[in-house]
Amino acid sequence: MIDYTYTIWIVLIPLIMFVILGLFGSKMKPNLAGILGSAGLFTTTILSYLTAYFYFFKAEPINGAFTSITAYNVEWLKFSDSLSIHLGVLLDPISVMMLVVITTISLMVHIYSIGYMKGDSGFQRFFAFLSLFTFSMLGLVVSTDIIQMYIGFEMVGLSSYLLIGHYYEKPSAVAASNKAFIVTRFADFGFLIGILLVSFYTGTFDFNVLTNNDASVYTSMGHASFLGMSALTWGMFLIFIGGAGKSAMFPLHIWLPDAMEGPTPVSALIHAATMVVAGVYLVARMFIVYHFQAPGTLEFIAYVGAFTSLFAAIIAITQYDIKRILAFSTLSQIGYMMLALGVSGYGGEGGVGYMASMFHLFTHAMFKGLLFLGAGSIIHAIHSNDLRDMGNLRKYMPITFITFAIAVLSISGIPPFSGFWSKDEILAAAFEHNKLIYFSSVLVAGLTAFYMSRLFFTVFYGKKTDYKHEPHESSLLMTIPLMILAFAATFAGFIPFSSFVTSDGKAFESSLSLSIAIPSVIIALSGIVLAFLLYHKKSDVPDKITVSLGFLYRATLNKFYFDEIYLFVTRKIIFNLISRPIAWFDKHIIDGSMDGIAWIIETTSIKIKGLQSGQLQQYAFVFVSGTIILVLFFAYWFI
Amino acid sequence: MNLQNFLLMRHELLLILLVIVIIFAEIFSKEETKHRIINFSIVLFFIQTVVGFLPVTQGELFGGMFQNDIFRSTFKNILNIGVLIVLLQSSAWLRKEENKEKISEYIILLLSTLIGMFFMVSSGDFLMMYIGLELASLPLAALAAYETKKAKSAEAGIKLLLISSLSTGILLYGISMIYGTTGSIYFADVAANFGNSSLQILGFIFFVAGMGFKISLVPFHLWTADVYEGAPIGITAYLSVISKGAAIFIFTIILYKVFGAISHTWNPLIYALAVATMTIGNLFAIRQNNMKRFLAFSSIAQAGFILVGILGLGDMGSTSVVYYILVYIFTNLAAFGVVSAIYNESGKENMDDYNGLYKTNPKLSLVMTLALFSLAGIPPVAGFFGKFFLFTSAASQGLYILVLIGVLNATLSLYYYLKVAKAIFIDPSDNPIPYFKSDFNARVGLLLCVIGIIVVGFAASIYEAIYSFSSLI
Repeated sequence: MIDYTYTIWIVLIPLIMFVILGLFGSKMKPNLAGILGSAGLFTTTILSYLTAYFYFFKAEPINGAFTSITAYNVEWLKFSDSLSIHLGVLLDPISVMMLVVITTISLMVHIYSIGYMKGDSGFQRFFAFLSLFTFSMLGLVVSTDIIQMYIGFEMVGLSSYLLIGHYYEKPSAVAASNKAFIVTRFADFGFLIGILLVSFYTGTFDFNVLTNNDASVYTSMGHASFLGMSALTWGMFLIFIGGAGKSAMFPLHIWLPDAMEGPTPVSALIHAATMVVAGVYLVARMFIVYHFQAPGTLEFIAYVGAFTSLFAAIIAITQYDIKRILAFSTLSQIGYMMLALGVSGYGGEGGVGYMASMFHLFTHAMFKGLLFLGAGSIIHAIHSNDLRDMGNLRKYMPITFITFAIAVLSISGIPPFSGFWSKDEILAAAFEHNKLIYFSSVLVAGLTAFYMSRLFFTVFYGKKTDYKHEPHESSLLMTIPLMILAFAATFAGFIPFSSFVTSDGKAFESSLSLSIAIPSVIIALSGIVLAFLLYHKKSDVPDKITVSLGFLYRATLNKFYFDEIYLFVTRKIIFNLISRPIAWFDKHIIDGSMDGIAWIIETTSIKIKGLQSGQLQQYAFVFVSGTIILVLFFAYWFI
Repeated sequence: MNLQNFLLMRHELLLILLVIVIIFAEIFSKEETKHRIINFSIVLFFIQTVVGFLPVTQGELFGGMFQNDIFRSTFKNILNIGVLIVLLQSSAWLRKEENKEKISEYIILLLSTLIGMFFMVSSGDFLMMYIGLELASLPLAALAAYETKKAKSAEAGIKLLLISSLSTGILLYGISMIYGTTGSIYFADVAANFGNSSLQILGFIFFVAGMGFKISLVPFHLWTADVYEGAPIGITAYLSVISKGAAIFIFTIILYKVFGAISHTWNPLIYALAVATMTIGNLFAIRQNNMKRFLAFSSIAQAGFILVGILGLGDMGSTSVVYYILVYIFTNLAAFGVVSAIYNESGKENMDDYNGLYKTNPKLSLVMTLALFSLAGIPPVAGFFGKFFLFTSAASQGLYILVLIGVLNATLSLYYYLKVAKAIFIDPSDNPIPYFKSDFNARVGLLLCVIGIIVVGFAASIYEAIYSFSSLI
């Protein structure tokens, strides 16, 4: 047996860094704070990789399955005689995988931020919060206990709040951070009630008991019912609400696009790779319970995921802010992960959806982190988020250009880049289970390729903009993380995921099914070509000639009617009839209804102000009538 | 009385002794050295607080009128810590020219109400409880009117006195009905003889209404805002934390011990009061601009949350309530400490005045933010665990709808707490409150609060200790 006790340091080192940077950061030179933070995280990363190596390659699987190991566990609070809260480190395939993902992305973001945040007045504070976030996120994924996970959920919410509000002098940033905090917190409370329900019936918070495939703990819960659903279904549904809030599932997605007000490295870490997948992780952690005890909820999760995925992809087409496009694309990709879980079965090849979801979580973290860091590099160079201010940047920023291209190909699902492999598994799982969800997912694949290419061509090709200051490539501190992530985004797909992360811990062979892969690649390619024709053509003539050889040349020749048709279809039909209304619906109805609730509360609050008049007689009157009402209330109740 | 009895009443007797010592100090000290009484009494009070932690024996005096055990004495210690912080925070304000004449008056009155609360906490029958309650209330009216030159302060005093006597009347009426139908005022006897007759229920409701005034439950809360706004800040802090905490404690004990048998009867009553108190308190808090009024309404809402915990019944209910009061003392006193430090320095107490505070006074701003986060119940600070236990306790009785309402209200409260944070950190101001250094005592007080907010949240042993005590009674 390998002694995993050291894994507690994976979680503790970032906490120590936070304390050091938080207390003494302001007295340090900015660079020292940055280097210290990165060095701490580097150690954590090495430890995580070691753990992954030991866990997947050195440990002997029992009965061919990876077991879950409680590496560290301490009783933190004895709640009542039977119920207690533990804090600790639980290692199983998904938590080990998450450790690798979080530390990798966080390390890249740390290094990148030393360059990106240079000269920012809150530099040290920024690194302190970055460490706090990493600590919370790591603490969340290694939870041995559902309460630890809940605390992790709230803590990542808090650190995300602090980081989004980093530019606290900017009113929009503050509004966004408040919105993100309140919306996700609202969802977390759903989670809390879910936990209370489940623990009330099962008498435990421990994941080892809750998810050990022994249904007996849930027996009493299946019988109790409320409003036509069993207490168990309610509990699992409410727990999902918590996950949906963090993972920004429709209609709780409203906070994510606004959260883009934060510094871009933060968006890469929190709002692309780690925190937003916490909800997916939560569902995966409780998957066995969903699958066996609350299949209805799981079905619901699949539809919510599929809908969010489609909805967000359509909105992404109309956006002009580069980070908002990426935000909507994140929503859409997380929708993929959720729907894959939703359609998954349990055990062996039946659990392909589960595996695919985790696989996609992994590859998505790499390429979406890369996209955000690349976007940061662009924003850093031209000081604008707006697509319309960008164009022809490939000349000025070659490294950003190439790495970004890799990420775009990856997210579009073009082989051999990583996104292709994981998306293929998701589509395969959806195909097996639910044709409607499958077709919607294929459509999303096409849309994704389209809007990502639109972004890509507009920024790197497109019209030549007269830049006031000539943009230049970012410093090495920023480009090296880009290159590392580009490497990961290219090759991560070749990891045989099904031998490591599966629903029951047992490895199985998964093979590429051409009947799924070919249509999706064709659709993705056509999305790219469509975007190319629409958004590339504004570039300079010489460029056009050099690029438009062969097939592209003929396309340019035919551009006359192609253009007309494409323009009609996309601009008139897709944009005006579908995308715009949906974007409008999202902005006015979904967002608006939230504002409406706020308005109602505000108005009620004004209306009842009259009660508080300052008149003593009135106070006495209310006092006595209050007593009388209570008496009447009882008289009615008992007599 | 032998020594054993003295030890049993240690908290009360020490306080009485302290008050007498301060009276003598007042008589024998010269005019120009009067201000030394402040630190003198703080030191004495500190010693008293430490002595309070010595182990106590369980027992009763005066034929059961006075009861003491480890649970009650722990609660008295919690109150002691709170009062110590209040004294520390008031000292800068007491040193001001206009208060110089009546420094010891303030301290003596404050400690007298505390004596009343101790007797109330230790009461074993309705009479002792009533005497304690009155002893706690009357000096408070005088204290609220302490700033004699301010009309608002006088108004606060008279309003508190009048509404207090109204509620006392109702409370006494209720107690007399309970006495009339059960033939006893002893808690144990009443519990044994309490049936379900209409007259008894009526008495019970009157009792709840009377206590509702002290805890400022909706609809018995209307005095709160005016009194909190008019009274000196130290007294407002005291009213909202110590006096409320003590009343909730004895209320919980009486509900559990005396009326425990009819818990199904009062369950819907407390349920309704909890919902109304949380919601109305929150809705009012949203619109306040004066910080003292703001904290007044927020404290009404907090009382509603505590009622949610009371409905959890059993050891879990009482533990979660006491734990929450402990957390709440540190948290709310931190907020009041900042408000009072700023008021003493600049005379400002409106939310708008706090605009841009972070730029000039970052440390105070951070303390305030910590307190607000704790009030809103955000982990990892203590306020989160406090709310968490209250909700868990209610959930253990299957009151999910109530927990849901509580949770919605907690989210709503986050909104207005963040509003203050927004003023401090974001809203620009042409003339922000300039940088200042508050006096030593106030800083010690704030430091105690900050340590409390952080440590109480993490040290699980505190919760476990309270849990083990609560099962003893």
